[in-house]
Amino acid sequence: MEKLLGEFSLGLFIIQTVLFVLLVLLLKKFAWKPILTAINDREEGIINALDSAEKAKLEMENLQADNQKLLKEARTERESMLKEARDIKNKMIEDAKSEAQEQANKLIQQAQAAIESEKKAAMAELKNHVAGLSLDIAEKVVRGELSNKDKQLELIETMLGEKSLTEV
Amino acid sequence: MRRKISLKPITLLLLLTAFVSFGQDAHHNDEPKPDGKAERKAYIQHHLKDSHDFGIASYTNASGEKKHIGFPLPVILWDGGLKIFSSSKFHHEKTVAAVDGNFYKIYHGMIYKTDAVGTINYDDAHHPTNVKPLDLSITKSVVMIIVTALLMFLLFGSLGKSYGKNGGIAKGAGRFFEPIILYIRDDIAIPNIGKKHYKKYMSFLLTVFFFVWFLNIFGLTPLGVNVTGNIAITFSLAILTYLITTFTAKKDYWKHIFWMPGVPAPMKIILAPIELLGTIIKPFSLLIRLYANMQAGHIVLMSLIALMYLFNSIVGSSLSFFLSFAISLIEVLVALLQAYIFTMLSALYFGMAVEEHDHEEAH
Repeated sequence: MEKLLGEFSLGLFIIQTVLFVLLVLLLKKFAWKPILTAINDREEGIINALDSAEKAKLEMENLQADNQKLLKEARTERESMLKEARDIKNKMIEDAKSEAQEQANKLIQQAQAAIESEKKAAMAELKNHVAGLSLDIAEKVVRGELSNKDKQLELIETMLGEKSLTEV
Repeated sequence: MRRKISLKPITLLLLLTAFVSFGQDAHHNDEPKPDGKAERKAYIQHHLKDSHDFGIASYTNASGEKKHIGFPLPVILWDGGLKIFSSSKFHHEKTVAAVDGNFYKIYHGMIYKTDAVGTINYDDAHHPTNVKPLDLSITKSVVMIIVTALLMFLLFGSLGKSYGKNGGIAKGAGRFFEPIILYIRDDIAIPNIGKKHYKKYMSFLLTVFFFVWFLNIFGLTPLGVNVTGNIAITFSLAILTYLITTFTAKKDYWKHIFWMPGVPAPMKIILAPIELLGTIIKPFSLLIRLYANMQAGHIVLMSLIALMYLFNSIVGSSLSFFLSFAISLIEVLVALLQAYIFTMLSALYFGMAVEEHDHEEAH
């Protein structure tokens, strides 16, 4: 102990204390603070990067699920649209068919009616014509008959005879 | 692995120069004088102490004259006014230096005020009774402290700057120390002090760790001196730990010292002085541990080197050589270990000071 005290130099102690405190303060300002801040920042950066990577992964998964869902939806929609289109097509065809049928029937009917009326008209005309013709013939015949007196009388006789007979 | 290999030749080189420079002295002093043992002991003792000039090597030339290689350092004394003069005036601690009508002499590494012929008066226990002026000289230790401080400032200052330039990634020589800084933060400061308070102690812990480590390593080089093995240095470091502990201590710390909770009242009265003494013993153990370890390491190493010249035979000397080589390697480890222990214990004491208890009855 005495030896220790004998070796103790107050001047060296003072110089060492002053120099050391100075060194601590200087290093704190120029070295430890920037070093520790940089290390801290870096560590935080790493943690943040890992976090955001994890987040991005989750987001990616969500996105993928969303995509899957959307795809599924789109598929079902397409399916339903196709079905609807098919239905509409069928209906349209059906409608067109029935309408065409109706139209055809109508046309046929009209045609038939027209034919009928034409036929009737033709028949009437024919009748008239025939009547005309027969009248003409009759006229000619009568004219021929009446050209001589005998015949005229004869005719009147027959005609009267006929008449009376038919009327009885 | 690469780094390890490349360090080896450097260590070896340093060790060899150590042997050479120590050896020259011991060898040349050994032969002409009959009392080599005392000479060696004195040489070792002298080396362990601080010195007022920066001696690199000394030898005795052919004409028996002792030559010193090195350079003198400025002596600064406070003796009723500032006295500054070169240490060359002492002529390697042999003569009396006369400055402004005052006379000074170095005795066992200390400067004493004497009369013109350099008489030193002793008391009964053979202690000098002369006046000791306040010695603020730039001694060998101070030179090494300044060198270490500059080295640290350049090293860590450039490391601090390199982060900004490289987008948060360290560059340059300081890069090697970044993991160590991280280790001190994550494995010394945070576990002992706690995440809440550790930040304000980091500057001291980091500085003390590298300061002690670098000076320990410098002490192992042949040029370096035994700075951390000097009681004034370790005392200064320990007292700073003590002051920081005391002034940053929270209420709970004082409560545990003066009025230990959960103990019967008479015991509290007995415990208070013991606890109070404990606060002083803790830093005291710090200073003694570092001092003793480094001092002992130097003594062992130099004794083994001296042994080589004592044996003076191929077998004994080479045995001693390998022994001292092995001890040198161990000393490299001890240099790091002591820096670690000092930092670790400082952190532990700071942790005690800021510890907060919310469990009144637990003790």
